[in-house]
Amino acid sequence: MKLSIFLEQIPDEGIAWWQNMASGLGWTLGTAFFAWILAFTVGSVVGVVRTTDKHWLVRIGDAYVELFRNIPLIVQFFLWYFVVPGLIPAVKIWVVSLDPTEHQFVTSVVCLGLFTSARIAEQVRSGIQSLSHGQRNAGYAIGLTQPQTYRYVLLPMAYRIVIPPLTSEVMNLIKNTSVAYSIGLVELFFRTREMAEMTFRYFEAFTAATLIYMVIAMSANRIMAHIERRVAVPGYITGGK
Amino acid sequence: MGDLDFDVIGRTLPYLMQGLQYTVQLTLVAAFGGTIFGTLLAMARLSAFKPLALAASGYVNLMRSLPLLLVIFWFYFLVPVLVQTAMGWERPPQIGAERSAYVTFIMFQAAYYCEIMRAGIQSISKGQVGAAYAVGLNYWQAMKLIILPQAFRNMLPVLLTQTIVLFQDVSLVSLLNVTDFVGAATKIAQRDSRVVEMYLFVAVVYFILCYALSYMAKRLQQKIAIVH
Repeated sequence: MKLSIFLEQIPDEGIAWWQNMASGLGWTLGTAFFAWILAFTVGSVVGVVRTTDKHWLVRIGDAYVELFRNIPLIVQFFLWYFVVPGLIPAVKIWVVSLDPTEHQFVTSVVCLGLFTSARIAEQVRSGIQSLSHGQRNAGYAIGLTQPQTYRYVLLPMAYRIVIPPLTSEVMNLIKNTSVAYSIGLVELFFRTREMAEMTFRYFEAFTAATLIYMVIAMSANRIMAHIERRVAVPGYITGGK
Repeated sequence: MGDLDFDVIGRTLPYLMQGLQYTVQLTLVAAFGGTIFGTLLAMARLSAFKPLALAASGYVNLMRSLPLLLVIFWFYFLVPVLVQTAMGWERPPQIGAERSAYVTFIMFQAAYYCEIMRAGIQSISKGQVGAAYAVGLNYWQAMKLIILPQAFRNMLPVLLTQTIVLFQDVSLVSLLNVTDFVGAATKIAQRDSRVVEMYLFVAVVYFILCYALSYMAKRLQQKIAIVH
């Protein structure tokens, strides 16, 4: 165990190993952040669509979720990184104009975002369907349209119900960001591996990464529990105490 | 699209199927070993002996907070060292990623199976436990004969769903250069410059297999649901 390794300079780089890992952590969190925005937006739309009374919309929503749930994440990374540009010339022209880091970052955000959106869609759907049918009917009875019923009656309740499962999706997303290593994104796991290979300090590098991931998991847990408490509806039982 | 050549799949099919066979084999071994170890972990977590319960929940929470990729690499270089220490050998044995992956997935999946089995055990009413003790069974007998069979049955669809997740997760070993299904495809994709064809094929095969399995899990759920 040699902790001072983190303070040592990387040959020809001008920064220390700990700074290299910190930059990896930055990429992990940044990628997860933008992917989450994409996932939450798309997932909400798909989840809502699957509870409407339009059968063809429900079908499309179901197909969307099945597609992203039944292909391994790493294969989805390869599909977005290699196959999509290979099949669509316009995309190819665009990604060639990007620098490699940008290309990896955009691919990771899209891939992780859509992968996670399918899981969020599933949670949102089950949240809406767990509400009693009377709530929807009550909305219609007081003259709200279907979009209004969703906006003012169903969604405010459904989102609160699904906060605990969404918490684990946030943590899954951050953990899944490590798979972006497969296309060369310089996130935390990439930097960990790099340090281990170049210094032969496997134990130190991997222990540091393990601790960082544990801290992230705990923080994400706390933040989501805080949000859950803040938005709790009085009289409704929620998990976050 | 003109220069795609899907014949490459036919030519390399035996090699790809060897990869798929490794994937399936690793999935089955990890599911089996993970269920056994996971059930023991669940029993430990529910144990009245506090240090045991704490150790088990610490292990489960640790595993669940780490990315699988990190755990795969941990075990890849830790397993040889552990074997060396346990055996008192002079140098670490050459184990290789193919074999260390079995250990990794059993240990990692056990944490997830543990949470499922814990919910399963807790779903059995306290009265049954009391009744088992009342007829003179000891802890292990009560677990084996009364509680675990019901817990297992109740949780079977969830266990199956988790196993489908495992089946997909195994693909990450390809990053250690292991020739699983994805690893085999990657090697051919690079050798023959057929990246598009190879990954499309892999995606389609995974989709069909996982879709069929989750459909079965759903049917099973409807079939064995116990009315409380």
